[in-house]
Amino acid sequence: MQAAVVLFPGLNADAEMIRTLELVGAKVTTVWHTSAALPAGTDLVAIPGGFSYGDYLRCGAIAKVGPIMKAVAEHAERGGYVLGVCNGFQILTECGLLPGALTRNLHLRFECRDVFVKVTADGPFSPPSGEVLRLPIAHGEGRYQASAEVLARLAGEGQVALRYCDERGAVGEDANPNGSVDNIAGIYGGPKKNVLGLMPHPERMSEACLGGTNGRELFDAVVRARRAAS
Amino acid sequence: MATELDAGRGPSSAGDPTPNFPGDLPITPAVIKQHKLTAEEYGRIEGALGRAPTYTELGVFSVMWSEHCSYKSSRVHLKRLPTKGPRVIQGPGENAGVVDIGDGFAAVFKMESHNHPSFIEPYQGAATGVGGILRDVFTMGARPIAGLNSLRFGRPDHPRTPELLRGVVAGIGGYGNSIGVPTVGGEVQFDPSYDGNILVNAFTCGVARADRIFYGRAAGVGNPILYIGAKTGRDGIHGATMASDEFGEAKEGKGELATASSIKKGVRSTMQVGDPFMGKLLIEACLELFAAGVLEGIQDMGAAGLTSSSVEMAGRADNGLELDLDKIPRRARKMTPYEILLSESQERMLLVAKRGREDEVFAVCKKWDLDCAVVGRVTDTKRWVVTATPGYDPLDGAPPRGEKRVCADIPVASLTDAAPVYDRPRKAAPPRADVAVPDTTDPRADLLALLASPNVGSRAWIWRQYDHIVRGGTVVRPGSDAAVVRVPCERDGAVVMKHLAFAVDCNGRFVELSAEDGAKMAIAEVCRNLVCSGAEPIGVTDCLNFASPEDPGTMDQIARAIDGLGEACRALDVPIVSGNVSLYNETNDAAGRRPILPTPTVAAVGLVREPEDVVTQWFAREGDVVVLLGEGDEALGGSEYQAMKTGQLGGPAPRIDLAAEVRLQRLVLELARAHVLSSAHDAADGGLAVALAECCCTGPSLVGAEIELPATTGSAAGALFGEAPSRVVISTGAAHEADVLARAKAAGVPAKVVGRTTAAGPGATLSIRAGAHRLDVPAADLRGARERCLSGIVGT
Repeated sequence: MQAAVVLFPGLNADAEMIRTLELVGAKVTTVWHTSAALPAGTDLVAIPGGFSYGDYLRCGAIAKVGPIMKAVAEHAERGGYVLGVCNGFQILTECGLLPGALTRNLHLRFECRDVFVKVTADGPFSPPSGEVLRLPIAHGEGRYQASAEVLARLAGEGQVALRYCDERGAVGEDANPNGSVDNIAGIYGGPKKNVLGLMPHPERMSEACLGGTNGRELFDAVVRARRAAS
Repeated sequence: MATELDAGRGPSSAGDPTPNFPGDLPITPAVIKQHKLTAEEYGRIEGALGRAPTYTELGVFSVMWSEHCSYKSSRVHLKRLPTKGPRVIQGPGENAGVVDIGDGFAAVFKMESHNHPSFIEPYQGAATGVGGILRDVFTMGARPIAGLNSLRFGRPDHPRTPELLRGVVAGIGGYGNSIGVPTVGGEVQFDPSYDGNILVNAFTCGVARADRIFYGRAAGVGNPILYIGAKTGRDGIHGATMASDEFGEAKEGKGELATASSIKKGVRSTMQVGDPFMGKLLIEACLELFAAGVLEGIQDMGAAGLTSSSVEMAGRADNGLELDLDKIPRRARKMTPYEILLSESQERMLLVAKRGREDEVFAVCKKWDLDCAVVGRVTDTKRWVVTATPGYDPLDGAPPRGEKRVCADIPVASLTDAAPVYDRPRKAAPPRADVAVPDTTDPRADLLALLASPNVGSRAWIWRQYDHIVRGGTVVRPGSDAAVVRVPCERDGAVVMKHLAFAVDCNGRFVELSAEDGAKMAIAEVCRNLVCSGAEPIGVTDCLNFASPEDPGTMDQIARAIDGLGEACRALDVPIVSGNVSLYNETNDAAGRRPILPTPTVAAVGLVREPEDVVTQWFAREGDVVVLLGEGDEALGGSEYQAMKTGQLGGPAPRIDLAAEVRLQRLVLELARAHVLSSAHDAADGGLAVALAECCCTGPSLVGAEIELPATTGSAAGALFGEAPSRVVISTGAAHEADVLARAKAAGVPAKVVGRTTAAGPGATLSIRAGAHRLDVPAADLRGARERCLSGIVGT
């Protein structure tokens, strides 16, 4: 699998994204935001976390107009895989590849800790539906919000990829770290559910020495999906 | 963009500087005093120059001779610290210390204070403290890989404590999280002595190729000086002088020197504002410049900004330097030379490039959208010469009109090596009286109360606001004895994984009771935290926070604490490679002089030989044998128990035996490397009972334990809650018990099996028998008590 990691000034979770992609066997190229095209043969575009443009104006609001984003949108429309983690998720909602928005955490603090999420949809990045994953979060603005109409569509079309839950898999407000509506931690979009945005950092939970390998399961899944599709 | 100074308009170094630039104030005794210069020091300035200084020069001497920049009160004592060792590549005197970590790589680290700004504006003060120490580290060619911090606040119920705690923590997170360097640990204490003078000490460690360390040296006569990064404004003017001032009654005016423009406009000028995005761009751009090999030297414009960076770089290279202020990028209008030179605007770096390679610097800066300008050149005059065109403001959009003039012309050495050094009078203050402490009548309640104390309980509310896992290398997260970070070290495409451990420590109470012993205990504890995590201590950095050195009692504490630090480092064979001194941490108001507790904070870096050596503090599973290594007296002086029961601080304090400490630490490291430890935890704040409680409840799952403490001659409170140093609680599989005890015996370390771990899970219980007392507490209750320790300050 050929992965392109798109970099904007201020993104800072590139090292772990690249490492995890390499761990699952992807060939990784980094693409600077001023490029107008993705490398030929790109299967997966990954936009890592961080603070693109310092989160100034609004998280992801400046990155969305970067020259590379047109190529990313075209890749997504063609059914190519796109993964946005944390700030990457925010950029994908800002540019309209995913619906909704991510706003300030309900408790108004940056929060970094492990949470549990439940796999609530099938899709190319998804481990088996119903599985409970332990993943870290690290964000100040991860409260997912969307209109009732969008939420109904996401739920109806099986596009809510992950929901916050407790250790045993019970989805509920008590396990919701940021006030996201319907406990949404990640959503699918794109013509074939080929675009995934999520606030937790699966790429930081991809080796036993870092506290677990649950995060790697998402990357393994997309490698399998790519293989099955070819 | 000009790549050379305009040759035709260059200064003549022969002529005396122009005495009055527009905006300069006349130099009067009052202005001299405002600049914190004594009459005698002013005389020295005239002697160094052979004439009266200009107003600009007065400002420059004021900051360069400030305590913050010159270490004038501490320098004679700092010389006694051990700074050398086989691993040391660079000791104190540079932007950061550098220690060899093998395979051609080096750890680059330093800790620095940002106390005074953080009290005035906690968010920005703390944020810019983090930004400053990050720049000190990456300026040496290192990518920052971990941050820690040491914080001190006033009493928990002081009206400002919640706001200060919230603001400082948010500021540290706001900068560190954005810039993408994990904040992996720290410590915090609350004490009334910090009510009016909090402490914010920030540590950063980076990793560099050992053969590619960059220094703050203006080497190579004729090389261009480049300015990159944020534009210069009026913020932070006289920050360094402010840092050398105590807080007075009128705190609003603290440190604020009257500049012409501040008088006219009524603006406050001493608070810097941080921009972590700009900081991140600077890191990445500088790392590209280092790799490209276009730089001769580099330094952050930190305290005293353009002045100290250019002066120090010239001084270290024994060269001179010319600066053309017309070229300085700025964002405030009508800035005077005085203001430009003393601005502490953040996120600015001063570079010395190799001549002819300026364009490569410009290209990298363009990629990262950074301002870049050639602002001067290296000379052989050993003088620091600054020119500007009076009245010129680049923001007007018109070229300079009129003649460029010299506004400062100063021998470099007079600002650096020949700056005043004081061996200030010392007089030992009478020792604190002993404070009798009632014995415990309900050890269970006392244990839970200690765990719920803001000084002892969980710091999760704090470190959850820090991204402690960014870059995906945090192997041991905050909450254990030390944090451990895995660092991929790359060279020519090959990657070596290094594991580094970090801890920071100081207990000001023990330093107050005995400056020498307390300082020894700080070093011993910070290194003990590393060996308990399976790492060998390889270097220490310090942040010496004290009250006014002009008080002979405080000066005596400073000198004795330095002696204690030095002795402990020598005993443990670990060098001090960098550091910072922050004096005048006291309040003077109607109630009199209130010094902070003497707080020589120390941070240590440890090297893990192999990842399997890493050990964490919490019990791992049921059925392990719990062993207490080391022994100590049961004195309660200086303990949290004493504070809780009496509200006072007094003796008798526990003593430290460095020889015993060395034996203990060697043994713990040996056990970690033999892979026979399930856990290791240093017994510190709150004593042995608190350490055991932490072993039960700080891990991923609760684990119980059945403990019987050795019979004692003293009080039960002393046995349970005394804070004698040099003790470690370990747990080990039953199969390793004999091996562990044999190794302890061979090492000459007292080792007592004190119990076993019991059932894990929600029903886990800690049971301790100490003499006639027995307490049984569910581990869930221990965890609950720890987790509410800050809720009285910041809510739940």
